[in-house]
Amino acid sequence: MALDSEKKQVFKVVGTRPARPDGIDKVTGRAMYGADATAPGMLVGRILRSPHAHAIIRSIDTSAAEALKGVKAVVTSADFGAPEDESIRDVQDNCMARGKALYHGHAVAAVAANSAVVASQALKLIKVDYQILPHVTDVDEAMRPGAPVVQADRAFENVAAGFSENVTSQCEFGHGDLEAGFAKADKVIERSFTTAATHQGYIEPHACLASMTPDGKGDLWCCTQGQFHVRTVCAEIMGMDASQLRVTASEIGGGFGGKTTVFIEPVALALSRKSGRPVKIVMTRDEVFKATGPTVSSSMDVKIGMTKDGRITAAQARLRYQAGAFPSETVTYGAQSAFAAYDLKAVETIGWNVLTNRPKEAAYRAPGAPMAIYAVESVVDELCQELSLDPLDVRLKNAADKGTKSSYGPTFEAIGLRATLEAAKAHPHYTAPLGVNQGRGLSCGFWFNFGGNTCVSLNINTDGTVGITEGNPDIGGSRASISQMAAEELGIPYEKVRTIIADTNSLGYNDVTDGSRVTFSVGLATIEAARNAIKVMCGRVAKIWGIDEDAVIWEDGCAKPSGPNAGSFDPMSIEEIAAISANTGGPIAGHFEVNADGAGVSFGVHLADVEVDPETGATKVVRYTVFQDAGKAVHPDYVEGQMQGGAVQGIGWALNEEYIYGKNGLLQNPGFLDYRIPVASDLPDIETVILEIPNPGHPYGVRGVGETPIVPPLAALSNAVSRAIGRRMFELPMSPPKLLKAMSQKR
Amino acid sequence: MVKVLIWGSLRSATEGQTEVEVDASNFKELLDQLATLYPGLKPQIERGVSLALDGKIYREAWFAEIGPDSEVVLMPYMTGG
Repeated sequence: MALDSEKKQVFKVVGTRPARPDGIDKVTGRAMYGADATAPGMLVGRILRSPHAHAIIRSIDTSAAEALKGVKAVVTSADFGAPEDESIRDVQDNCMARGKALYHGHAVAAVAANSAVVASQALKLIKVDYQILPHVTDVDEAMRPGAPVVQADRAFENVAAGFSENVTSQCEFGHGDLEAGFAKADKVIERSFTTAATHQGYIEPHACLASMTPDGKGDLWCCTQGQFHVRTVCAEIMGMDASQLRVTASEIGGGFGGKTTVFIEPVALALSRKSGRPVKIVMTRDEVFKATGPTVSSSMDVKIGMTKDGRITAAQARLRYQAGAFPSETVTYGAQSAFAAYDLKAVETIGWNVLTNRPKEAAYRAPGAPMAIYAVESVVDELCQELSLDPLDVRLKNAADKGTKSSYGPTFEAIGLRATLEAAKAHPHYTAPLGVNQGRGLSCGFWFNFGGNTCVSLNINTDGTVGITEGNPDIGGSRASISQMAAEELGIPYEKVRTIIADTNSLGYNDVTDGSRVTFSVGLATIEAARNAIKVMCGRVAKIWGIDEDAVIWEDGCAKPSGPNAGSFDPMSIEEIAAISANTGGPIAGHFEVNADGAGVSFGVHLADVEVDPETGATKVVRYTVFQDAGKAVHPDYVEGQMQGGAVQGIGWALNEEYIYGKNGLLQNPGFLDYRIPVASDLPDIETVILEIPNPGHPYGVRGVGETPIVPPLAALSNAVSRAIGRRMFELPMSPPKLLKAMSQKR
Repeated sequence: MVKVLIWGSLRSATEGQTEVEVDASNFKELLDQLATLYPGLKPQIERGVSLALDGKIYREAWFAEIGPDSEVVLMPYMTGG
């Protein structure tokens, strides 16, 4: 359902920057994160993980652990059933290995004990008999016939012949005559690229507290991007009715897609059911790296043809994504996104998803898009260099626009790509002089954005203030934005509204906080809920005044008579109406439930200046500017924060972050000392330029902004570094050793 | 009849065509028709598909109306991060 009626373009509250409602709690340490939950009689849960990359589990002997004083329960895969739904079975098997350990760190057993010390001792007493199998962690090796098979019989029906069983899905998108297109080009460049798996890097590790009662009821408190999804998955795994499992989301210390699934919650529930006591599990950082989803790593080939004046005549990409030990469809998003920024007559993208002995991939901001667009934007930049063309002019010449048949099929509605490119060209950053060893790169970025299932309850309190209940954890400032949209619609101050996140028994189903959907779809539902509440209030005032409902309008927080036959009455404020609600029909509320569509795609352009130290190979980002279409920025601070945060994560992905596996298939760097994310001292101030091209699918024109900003940095940085060192880079991350090697080859 | 553009890797289920015609006035009818006319599409439809109608992407809306002149593009079911 697309809701685009009653458009509004003049705002009083939307577009301002009120104080964030969670600010004081977070800076004073009062905010309740996943690890902060406690319960009387609570046990500590710990998980035993595979020391091998790939091994048959011949047997598990838990008797010694169970006999240890203080141990209250031990669980293995034998304590779980076999869910019918394949995707949920995969989640369960990822939470607790069944038959085979599929990657280094795969859970094989868990204990609940009186203390962390006893739990750790108990883990050491569990005897697992492994039969070690050959492993594969590289995507290209995993695709070859004869490669170690991670899971057999998991390939979809559409996979072409000639690959190993690890290739589980294949996709293809595009249109036009490639051969004719390449024939028209003055220059054709074909390159191959690789990107490493990177972790979402949220600071808060996964944590949960599970409490099962003997009569089959359950409560679960956890840090998650979607408590309703957690309930669906855990209820299925535990064989429970959804109504009997209440899931409450904690404050969340970062998610970025990585908390859209579960890793420990079913284990904690199983331990609690077996022990009869509440059980808390908090992952260590080592466990977060080894056993929660990083993004895919990739191997890609891109071929693009261009005329001397910068017109792209044909474009082709081959994408190979490894998604860890379970099937995934992430490559389809990469294949659709790869050329989305361009208006192309001939384009083709083919992608394959591949199993490896690595942790199950989890979503990471715009899943699948950053790596594909990195490869495409790198080749476009190289063509610009070869043909001595301005890279922004070339992108403007080829930019997708309203009416363009996209590379993935549909024709675009109104989009903001051209506006962001023009803003970048007009910005002083683009023409600022560069210093020695410095280079400038740019890249376009794209993401689809989604709406989804959304449910909002808006209550008018008896003093005329407003309480909003919604069902999506606030990972990017949504409580503030939702309160602003309610205040805007009701015509009351922002400070009169408070938004809270409900548990799963307090509201209807809400999709996970993903797809940059919350400000769009929860905002949309909030606006409609407010309109429903206004309708109730106008109806009651009409009765008081003895006039038709149609003769009452809502303005500036008041009901007012309107029209020639309405009569003359003093406006009634929301406070006055709320105060007499008991006399006029009872509590006043507005509700709205929807599966929202029409989110509107999002484009951004990033400009990056870097300086590469020729002695050390270290790259310093010296200037960085993000240009992005936000549709309508509800709370610009948060929009800028998303743009800056995405840029920073992309900078880390481009320069340093990578999962490093040894020849033994074991993860070598499961910690923030050896897996290096950017910190404040590594970064310049990330400048932001918000464009506002209204989304026709939202009453206020809002587009999601959370994912697009992580897409362009990979290519923007690679293009900048390549220009700085005078040698084209084809591999991420561009860590100092790789740059030193590249520079030495140049010399 | 409406023309439906499908993505390339589904061609093997549609006798090599990337555009097929079905008699449907909404998303559900379209899915039912596609599964009936091209049984090879059924596994993908069961795994999940989205539909772009005149450029707007619908993920699950069975009753999204399709006009005779609508641009209809079948897409994989989309998720995000």
